[in-house]
Amino acid sequence: MSLYDKTAHELHELLTAKKISAAELTADVLSHVDEVEDKIGAYVTITRDKATADAKAVDEKIARGEKIAPLEGIPCAIKDNICTKGIRTTCASKILENFVPPYDATAYQKLSASILIGKANMDEFAMGSSTENSAYHTTHNPHDLERVPGGSSGGSTAAVAGGEAVFALGSDTGGSIRQPASFCGVVGFKPTYGRVSRYGLVAFASSLDQIGPITRDVTDCALVLNAICGHDDMDSTSTAAQVPDFTKSLVADVKGLKIGLPKEYFVKGIDAEIETAVRNVAKKFEQLGAEIIELSLPHTEYAIATYYLIAPAEAATNLERYDGVSYGARVDGADVVEMMTNTRTEKFGEEVKRRIMIGNYALSAGYYDAYYLKALKVRTLIQKDFTDAFGKVDLILTPTTPNTAFKIGEMTSDPLKMYLQDICTVPVNLAGLPGISIPCGVTSQNLPIGFQLIGKPLDEATILKAAFTCEQSL
Amino acid sequence: MKISEQDIKTVASLSRLRIREEEAQDVLFQLNKILTYVENLQALDTTNVEPTTYALPMQNVFREDKVKPSLERELALSNAPLKEDGYFKVPRVLEA
Repeated sequence: MSLYDKTAHELHELLTAKKISAAELTADVLSHVDEVEDKIGAYVTITRDKATADAKAVDEKIARGEKIAPLEGIPCAIKDNICTKGIRTTCASKILENFVPPYDATAYQKLSASILIGKANMDEFAMGSSTENSAYHTTHNPHDLERVPGGSSGGSTAAVAGGEAVFALGSDTGGSIRQPASFCGVVGFKPTYGRVSRYGLVAFASSLDQIGPITRDVTDCALVLNAICGHDDMDSTSTAAQVPDFTKSLVADVKGLKIGLPKEYFVKGIDAEIETAVRNVAKKFEQLGAEIIELSLPHTEYAIATYYLIAPAEAATNLERYDGVSYGARVDGADVVEMMTNTRTEKFGEEVKRRIMIGNYALSAGYYDAYYLKALKVRTLIQKDFTDAFGKVDLILTPTTPNTAFKIGEMTSDPLKMYLQDICTVPVNLAGLPGISIPCGVTSQNLPIGFQLIGKPLDEATILKAAFTCEQSL
Repeated sequence: MKISEQDIKTVASLSRLRIREEEAQDVLFQLNKILTYVENLQALDTTNVEPTTYALPMQNVFREDKVKPSLERELALSNAPLKEDGYFKVPRVLEA
């Protein structure tokens, strides 16, 4: 029996019924990793020995008759920008090639009963939409190895789609969970800003970053959210709001739910097959008793420009810490400034350097008002669009991406073209809202299509309910 | 072209980055393309709009001033590229 492609909730049942052992399950996933990892390249680091030992400990617990948590003993992948104590955390950058965190990120610590298979590949410092910006290797889409898995959490989504992990954690600053989830045909959720502690998540853009689950179905998504959400003293931006039991949202019922379709997300440039698939989802929701309401989010066209000023500005500031002094790589120089310059020039990749320069340019004297401050003001307008829309609807339905997974190398020479990929996802980060990507079929070329549901702040529950309903009926 | 090669050199230096001669033209081209694109924000009137730094309401967080264990020195130094006697070691900063 192959176990590596089952969901966490199925595997939990098998574990508690003693039909399988955690050791057996972990061995099955690891042997599948051995089979496919050369082709997919989902991982930067594989933690085979730890996984094997941890699985044994879970089996001993089960043998003692103790209850296990829903994700206990379940193999997972953790994006390599989430700190894991004693396990190398590289951010897919040469500057952190040998960085071994002295502490765990809170989100990972909350999942410590799961079995870590490895640290997942990503775009360097989460800057990218294809995982081609990894300093180590490019991850390939399990559905078509000539195509990208999306990014920046492309290793995490490829691991889940390719049977190399049952679930994964990613991080989402402008779509980095949802876009690769749609490219790889899995479920990806970016919670409300502040829902999941960012303690131990290597900072990219602090006002936008959020950790979230990548899973094979909505039920698993709810289980991972239950595990990782909640206030944390170690993150001053983490919300004190109560966390509901998200499994309570796993009911098939959208009667009376108002779902908005924003016209700005269905404009020219969007793949016709994606548009059809997403409109079919809307029809399905209508048949199931939801009300579909056409609406407008008028500032959508400004979201990319706003994001690509705010995110690089925050990144330029956050990445100042890589100076060759207290951790990370150092390249020697005659004096301190030369040492820092040599280190950063040699160890940062091209895209990271580009964003640092855009950020510092936008923040520099004489340009601050025209670029950075302007972007912060437009952010207010983008957020207001959503506030107005949520006066009329409970959820907003859009495509996750304007096109399906593109070919490796297709966009690397044109960074701006790559940035425009993020049009459907960045507004959600700018407004701090929760959003999910759910698979809704494949194109004629057999490439996965995803749709996005956006919810009100802290209303992950309604998103999950609608997503679950749709998943049951598609 | 909006920004000059000199601007790039200045911003690179502020960023503690060095642009190699052979990549200067491409860096200039890509940055100009991106900065030209973000110009579209100028079309919006934002006269009476407040800036948003965090999407959700944020307030200062206070905690009790209590002593708690922190990272041990050895552990804090464990990733240092160069250390000596419990300190991070860097090239000379001040003139002798």
